[in-house]
Amino acid sequence: MEFGLSQEQILLQDSIARYLKDQVPLDEVRAVAEDPERDQPIWHGLTELGLAGLIIPEAHGGVGLGLLDAVVVGETLGYHITPGPFLSTAIMAPSLLIAAGQTDRLADIAAGRYRVGIALSEAVGARLDAGMAVSDGRLTGKALFALDAMADAYIVNGPNRQLYWVDSEGPGVTRTLLTTIDKTRTLCELKLDQAEATLLTDDPAVLQAGLDAGRIVQASDSLGAAQCMLDQAVAYAGQREQFNRVIASFQAVKHMCAEMASQLEPCRALIWYGGHALSEGNDPARLTVCHAKAHLSEVAQFVARTSTEVHGGMGFTDLVGLHYWFKRIGANRQLLGSPELLREEAARIQMLVA
Amino acid sequence: MDLTYGPEYNAFRAEVKAFVDANIDQQPKPGDGPRSPAVRAWQAKLIRNGYHSRTIPEAYGGYGAEPDIIQSRIIAEEFSAAQMNTGFSGQGISMLTPVLLELGTEAQKQQFIRKTIHGELIWCQGYSEPGAGSDLASLTTKAELDGDEWVINGQKIWTSTAQISDWIFCLVRTEPEAPKHLGISFLLFEMNTPGIEVRPLVDMTGAANFNEVFFTDVRVPKDQIVGQRGQGWQVANAILGHERGSLAPPDAAMSRLNGVIRLMQQETIGGARAIDNPVFRDRLMRLQGRVMAMQYNDMRLLSARINQNQDTKLAGMVVKLIGTELRHEIECLGIDVMGEIGLSYGDNPYLRGNGSWQYQYMYFLGLIIGGGTSQIQKNIISERGLGMPKEPKLATSGA
Repeated sequence: MEFGLSQEQILLQDSIARYLKDQVPLDEVRAVAEDPERDQPIWHGLTELGLAGLIIPEAHGGVGLGLLDAVVVGETLGYHITPGPFLSTAIMAPSLLIAAGQTDRLADIAAGRYRVGIALSEAVGARLDAGMAVSDGRLTGKALFALDAMADAYIVNGPNRQLYWVDSEGPGVTRTLLTTIDKTRTLCELKLDQAEATLLTDDPAVLQAGLDAGRIVQASDSLGAAQCMLDQAVAYAGQREQFNRVIASFQAVKHMCAEMASQLEPCRALIWYGGHALSEGNDPARLTVCHAKAHLSEVAQFVARTSTEVHGGMGFTDLVGLHYWFKRIGANRQLLGSPELLREEAARIQMLVA
Repeated sequence: MDLTYGPEYNAFRAEVKAFVDANIDQQPKPGDGPRSPAVRAWQAKLIRNGYHSRTIPEAYGGYGAEPDIIQSRIIAEEFSAAQMNTGFSGQGISMLTPVLLELGTEAQKQQFIRKTIHGELIWCQGYSEPGAGSDLASLTTKAELDGDEWVINGQKIWTSTAQISDWIFCLVRTEPEAPKHLGISFLLFEMNTPGIEVRPLVDMTGAANFNEVFFTDVRVPKDQIVGQRGQGWQVANAILGHERGSLAPPDAAMSRLNGVIRLMQQETIGGARAIDNPVFRDRLMRLQGRVMAMQYNDMRLLSARINQNQDTKLAGMVVKLIGTELRHEIECLGIDVMGEIGLSYGDNPYLRGNGSWQYQYMYFLGLIIGGGTSQIQKNIISERGLGMPKEPKLATSGA
């Protein structure tokens, strides 16, 4: 029995962490926040490390790793609030394409030649008048909060959970960047007017595979971001002095940090199991994934707030930059299903909903 | 990641299953007391077959197997699945026996271990005092040497099973001049020694789960000490760490949570099942996710013990804090879904689950406080887990 990360997974995590620390420090994140297109060189660097093809089989030019490895990488990217389309291009798009049996685009994705956006939010919980209509193989309608405003193509869901591939530059496709609190990743409104679309699959189970993979990696992103906020709180409390003492010696401050750590640490095993169970097809994979994303959303939100409080007034400023983590965690909470929606889905999986 | 125990354990599991199947009808009945012949015979049978005191050497009455965490886990799983009686527990078995094995003299091992694991000696633990709770090392019950005997005076509190115990293992101050952590000794003595008075301490559940124990000139032979004079604190700390995690096992929490699900499927509010109320359902699912995290955390800890290859210090430290609070909330939901019926207690005809929901709700508040309060746990997590500094001592406080 071995419940934990392998040596290879720990090495993978360490090497990516070192790269991000050197190449994508907070100043780079700030630059992306000013100009979203600055995320392309960062993504290019990550594709050279193999991240775009992380879960793509070696036969299609990828690294051929599983979702537990993806979770390990996702945590590291979350820790460093790394900008870019990892979730959409490297996790969700390959998961959807592989599940749909559409492998011809995988090599281009693995090589970093394609950024693939994900416009599935209408399949999770449609808002306003979003939605797609299909006629003669063309799509008309709009998708809200599609992941990655700079993608070369999008995977879009139709009214019956079927999936389409739409090129960004095709006729009838317009994109509008939707400004959100989180400046490390971009979201857009995708409007289609008789746009050419390639049907990828009409099997509704495929969409679920992509959502599951996206959700577990999204949850690991929150785990990493929250861990970084906890580490920053402990470090800050250890050097900030008031009343002639470092504030880390005040029990009120220590207990805030202990509460963050005690809620966060058990999440690690939950996330690992979720990634492992999805890769291996173990039970109860889908239930674990729903709980993992819902639970991480709650715990990370608590950590985001508490870490900011430990930093006092400085935590509220732009100077320290803690708000980038706070906002990343806030965005992760809503994307691909809020905790309430996911808990209801968990109940439905167990047939507890009449 | 490999969650299987490996094919080499298949035969062992089959062996345990066969024992369970052959003996499930012979286990003691719920009403049999700890000193009844049926319970004693059952205990002896468990030990003889290696299902209790498995790794305790045969020379001391145990089964004498090599330690194997997975085998122990398989035994626990199979007994739990069949709801089979696992034999005696209690502080003599869980806490004193490991200490004697590690620190006791050969004579002490011979004298106590066989009888303790066979349930012939029941023990209680004399640690906390009215003035020494979280700050246990400030305890003041004193033992003074008079010839070949210790003379003990003072008071203990929160002493579970004192009223039925044969012996007590007890922390007493023997070196009043030494710093507080270095002046304590670990003594063993009989509960029928003259000068001992046990008073039941009724708690909020209505039961007396604990006692107060008073010592007035209690005379105890000098050699009934474990370790050296003044080393009692180190002895006690070694086993307190063992107690903490075991107060809140996640599998028991999941079992109670599944009980809440069944309750929610049966209880109705205005004719609708509680499970069909989306607010209750959300509370249920939120708890389920938290329990699930603790279950996988437990697997991670188990794996780290087997393979000795992972740093799980923090993952282990949080179990008592999170586990007891989580359990309290699970019991609370069980009560809430019943509404007024959830108030039922004692002989109320509307009682559900033998009144266990209210009882456990209160009992787990006791466990949030006992075995190191949640606040003490947070001190430990922040200082030993996160490396944060201790609170500076006030100039007026003791050493």
